[in-house]
Amino acid sequence: MLDNLALLVQFPAVTVDVVVNGLLIGAIFALAAYGMALVWGVLNIVNVVQGELVVLGGYVTFLLVQAGMPPLIGVPVSAIVMFGVGWVLYRAIVFRVVDKDIFISILATFGLAILIQQLANLSFGADVRSVDAGLGSLHFLDGMVTVAWVKMIAFVLALAAGASLWLFLRHARLGQAIRATAQNPRAARILGIDTGRVYAATYALNAALCGAAGSLAVMAWTIHPYMGLPYTVRSFMVVVVAGVGNVGAVVAAGLGLGALENLAGFVLGTEFQIAFVFALMVAILVWRHWRAARRREHLK
Amino acid sequence: MNRLSDWHIMGALVVLGLGLPFVAPSLITQLSFLWLMVVFAMTWDMLGGRMGYNSFGNIVFFGIGCYAAAVVQRDAGLPYFEALALGLALGAVLAVAAALLFGAALLGIRGHYFAIGTLGLGITAAEIAAGWDYVGAGSGMALPLYPGALGAREFFFCFSLFAVAVVCFLCLRWLYGTRFGLALNAIRDDQDKADAMGLRTTRIKVFAWCISAFFLAISGGLAANMIGFIDPRDVAFAGATFGVWMVLMAILGGKGTLWGPVLGAIVFHVTQELFWTYLLGWQRVALGLLIVVIVVFFPQGIMGWIAERRAAREGAAP
Repeated sequence: MLDNLALLVQFPAVTVDVVVNGLLIGAIFALAAYGMALVWGVLNIVNVVQGELVVLGGYVTFLLVQAGMPPLIGVPVSAIVMFGVGWVLYRAIVFRVVDKDIFISILATFGLAILIQQLANLSFGADVRSVDAGLGSLHFLDGMVTVAWVKMIAFVLALAAGASLWLFLRHARLGQAIRATAQNPRAARILGIDTGRVYAATYALNAALCGAAGSLAVMAWTIHPYMGLPYTVRSFMVVVVAGVGNVGAVVAAGLGLGALENLAGFVLGTEFQIAFVFALMVAILVWRHWRAARRREHLK
Repeated sequence: MNRLSDWHIMGALVVLGLGLPFVAPSLITQLSFLWLMVVFAMTWDMLGGRMGYNSFGNIVFFGIGCYAAAVVQRDAGLPYFEALALGLALGAVLAVAAALLFGAALLGIRGHYFAIGTLGLGITAAEIAAGWDYVGAGSGMALPLYPGALGAREFFFCFSLFAVAVVCFLCLRWLYGTRFGLALNAIRDDQDKADAMGLRTTRIKVFAWCISAFFLAISGGLAANMIGFIDPRDVAFAGATFGVWMVLMAILGGKGTLWGPVLGAIVFHVTQELFWTYLLGWQRVALGLLIVVIVVFFPQGIMGWIAERRAAREGAAP
């Protein structure tokens, strides 16, 4: 562990490599987190099934590539397929827990997460899957820093998706309806907005974002049936740090998390990377609480 | 339950617990697990049902108990029963210390932050255990062999776990009747008011978690020896099975009632033993489905449903 730390200090280029790759992966976290912030803000639900939606999106792309399609087509296709999955999930289960106690929604989506995770395990097997986008890599600083092209593309696409969602929420009719419902569902209903449909659309939109994130994740990284919960926790952490309604902060927090996680994985060893993610989340929650307690504020 | 008092039910369960191992020795392992499940559900309900703090991380204390017993039995160089006793004691001390530490850090956090934070706690523990060579890392630890006669092992652990379950039940039953029990309910109903009334809410919450941790650690050390092997993710810190089951059983039986968790554990465990083997690899899919169905359609639990029915029949408020 100390050896790795010394390595980082001795060779700054290695540090740059680890941080840059982390930042690029972080864009994927930001995308999934953006969806979680949307659902949290509008439906007032902590969507624990988030990570499983990411993983499913990854499998859609994986299957497409198996069928001989070019990998990058997978991003929009995964998003569209997952939009449908999200709509179905909402209409079947999630709408029943929208107005309930927040713990009920956590537990129900947790149950959904276990269900989807196990179905994915049964249908796709427990192997680690990855898609080779076949785009090669970029080399900087005499080959000390290697960045796969696909990660660059993932980064740009994730930012583009975030930006277009922001524009959509601001200017599109449905986007405005979503924001109105988030502000005050009762008033929105009185003004003729079909809030049920808005909720369904929001949830499906979140699933689409997760699908795109998963598609990018399977190209830039790997996918595995049990990989969902870490994505959920990463999204949760990003939203907790960045707040529900702030796109820029979500992107910044996502990138920061990616860099931090990659560094931790390098220093502590990859076998402790997941432990680091979860421990970091606990630490953030505790830190937030202490800060608020010192100011004698209440966290809602 | 007007004429059927607590003591009648308890008596029947004690007769069952003491008698069934002799009458039907083939059921003894299932029975041991049943008592373990009862402890799980009761200790979860203390926070989740009585105090309104829904924890997904109670499995941490169970795991600490498992590992403490295993490490002591491996390294202490004592005879089996002395090492087991020492291991259980150490596990209990460590788990209570952990509950003090985590409680001071986490129990001020409310609502869904607490639920997700404790979920993180459980998984962090599992991942650390799975990467830590001293406790066998990902390949887990084997427990020493039981020294007694063939078959005596099952009896010993069945009765030990039964004893833990009974002591835990009596202890909680007594606690719920005291001021402390009322304070737990006050925290659940309105923590700010409880604070304003002068209750030391943080101290009460941490104390409650320590009690949960104590019983979970003892049952963990015994369960690890009963199973004979601990795996970091599938036995000790088994968040996806034991960790979820404890929540589910308490909700199924009825959160915040005395008999609810016990009933939930029995119903859940018996159903599981009857049907699980027929599901052939679909068990965890069924578990996910079960969680969704119970939580969405049956959140009041069996005891809650009985109370509703009785209220409807008698035409009075429950």
